Amino acid sequence: MPLLEVNDLKTYFRTDDGVVRAVDGVSFSVDKGQTLGIVGESGSGKSVTCLTIMGLNPRRSAISAGQALWKGEDLLTASPKRLREIRGSEIAMIFQDPMTSLNPVHKIGDQLAEAMRLHADVTKKQSRARALELLKAVGIPRAERRLDDYPHQFSGGMRQRVMIAMSLINNPDLLIADEPTTALDVTTQAQILTLIEKLQEEFGSAVIMITHDLGVVAEIADDVVVMYAAEVAEKGNVNQIFKKPHHPYTWGLMGSLPRLDADVERLVQIQGQPPSLLRPPTGCRFHPRCPYVMPICKEQNPELLEVSDDPGHLQSCHLDEETKNREAAKLLAGMMAEAS
Amino acid sequence: MWAAVLFIAVTIVTYIIFYAIPADPARLACGQRATAVCIKRAAHYLGTDRPLYVQYGKFFGRLMPFSFKGGPHYKEPSLGRSFTNRLSVNYVVGQAAPVTASLVFGGAVFWLLIALPVGILSALRPRSLLDRLAMVFVLIGISAHPVWIGLLFAYFFGFKAGLFPITGYCDFIHPTGDCGGPVQWAYHLFLPWLTFAILFAALYVRMIRANVMEALGEDYVRTARAKGAPEWLVMRSHVLRNALLPVVTMLGMDIGIALGGAIFTESVYGLPGLGKTAINSISNFDLPTTQGIVVFATLCIILFNLFVDLLYAWIDPRIRLT
Repeated sequence: MPLLEVNDLKTYFRTDDGVVRAVDGVSFSVDKGQTLGIVGESGSGKSVTCLTIMGLNPRRSAISAGQALWKGEDLLTASPKRLREIRGSEIAMIFQDPMTSLNPVHKIGDQLAEAMRLHADVTKKQSRARALELLKAVGIPRAERRLDDYPHQFSGGMRQRVMIAMSLINNPDLLIADEPTTALDVTTQAQILTLIEKLQEEFGSAVIMITHDLGVVAEIADDVVVMYAAEVAEKGNVNQIFKKPHHPYTWGLMGSLPRLDADVERLVQIQGQPPSLLRPPTGCRFHPRCPYVMPICKEQNPELLEVSDDPGHLQSCHLDEETKNREAAKLLAGMMAEAS
Repeated sequence: MWAAVLFIAVTIVTYIIFYAIPADPARLACGQRATAVCIKRAAHYLGTDRPLYVQYGKFFGRLMPFSFKGGPHYKEPSLGRSFTNRLSVNYVVGQAAPVTASLVFGGAVFWLLIALPVGILSALRPRSLLDRLAMVFVLIGISAHPVWIGLLFAYFFGFKAGLFPITGYCDFIHPTGDCGGPVQWAYHLFLPWLTFAILFAALYVRMIRANVMEALGEDYVRTARAKGAPEWLVMRSHVLRNALLPVVTMLGMDIGIALGGAIFTESVYGLPGLGKTAINSISNFDLPTTQGIVVFATLCIILFNLFVDLLYAWIDPRIRLT
């Protein structure tokens, strides 16, 4: 049984302008120890999907439907008490901006220890010792002294390490990382990713990595879900997605990657803008921006179907398979050619 | 060190203002039939016949707690003597200050008791009935003049309903005459406290509500919830701890300012505090008394601001003076 199974998840927000359909029928699953990468543009619904799983959406305005089965238990119908038990101990989440994710008036050590004491009946001394352990594990130098420091005394990369320490302090089975490196510079980014991978091995946790960066996904994910406009455009394991992508959006994403090893005059863009989730386009949500658009695309939203001879690889596009195979091959060849 | 400069500047300005006013204390002291001789003698007695800077110099010398005459020694700082009744200004200020202090500190307790719960609850339930009522209260509290509110209260609660006394102050400690002691003290101060508190409560409700709403949306609150913290802990340890920091500073500053003389409230209720005394001494062109009150008020404000600065450095780790 998979650790986490999300079935047809929907989250809508009531706003003054109407109902925003932030997540509109998303399904995926995560197995023990696996890494799932969720990719998509800003506003595609990737963060909200995970916030919904954790039950962290604003209660007053968010309505959710579908299932989020955690070890068989549906989190969407669980009691607030049960959710609080799970949050921080079985499922942990770290967020995008480390500069603001820590409380500025409490010491780092206290915030770490709090994370532990919320879920385990331990003394202050014990929780402090464990906090120290974790700080060392994430590579904070002179950890003993740093325990009593305040967040503003740490740099961005250090803070993110502290956040990671905080999330792992209770040995969670799943770590959800919401764009953990977006706010950091590239070198730090590499360090943080390596750290997450190493700790994942050490602690045996599964990871959901939300990102808009395909490079990150290629490096650490086992499975990939590509999201567009609150829906799943394509999903499969990392090889399937990168070697044989079957959705024009995925092609657009890969084609727009800048390359260091090739001389390109202009970066390729996907034309157009992400759609409003208040009034999404009819039919396929990508059709206004799709270079392969056909009449049927404007009327019917394609279903998520499996690619033939490629189990586990699903995509939602009306194009016939032959075209897709051809385009995928072209894309890959093009990328290789540029490299030479 | 700015404090000292500020202090001196304020005292100088008061002196200058007094001299810009076309009134002669010497003439006033002589009363209706002021003859030239009388005026001259009064001026000499009061010291107003000397040039401005000499007068100021003498004032300053009196004020300093040390003297060099016959070797340096400690002397009690004096604010001079009133032009109108020759009472020591030290005494006058000393009598009036506790009244104002009672009003201000008690009022502060009142306004916090109102503003904190209302502000926090409004922030937790935005756009609810409670929130909208609170905003109406804020609007009224800020716009309505304390004198108007004071008169209203005095009329309805004091005169008509007979629930509270309308004027007068009772000393906390010494029961003199017909009224004294803590109960009487509080009884007489109840309406003044309420009147004084309303304006500040309104301002603070607005500020607290804004701060709490802002804190609720902060990322670290989301982190706390993601850790599995129960809502009461999130509120206490994360939201309020951050949201109420500015309230501490504002409180310090506002109390400092209010101590200088809660003028309107004191006038309406006839409380012999610094504000009322200041009004009287200004109308009587009594320079030393006015100056004395100004000095005292300035001192209070400066001290309180200093205190608040230090307090803030203590509670907000980002500002520690390392």
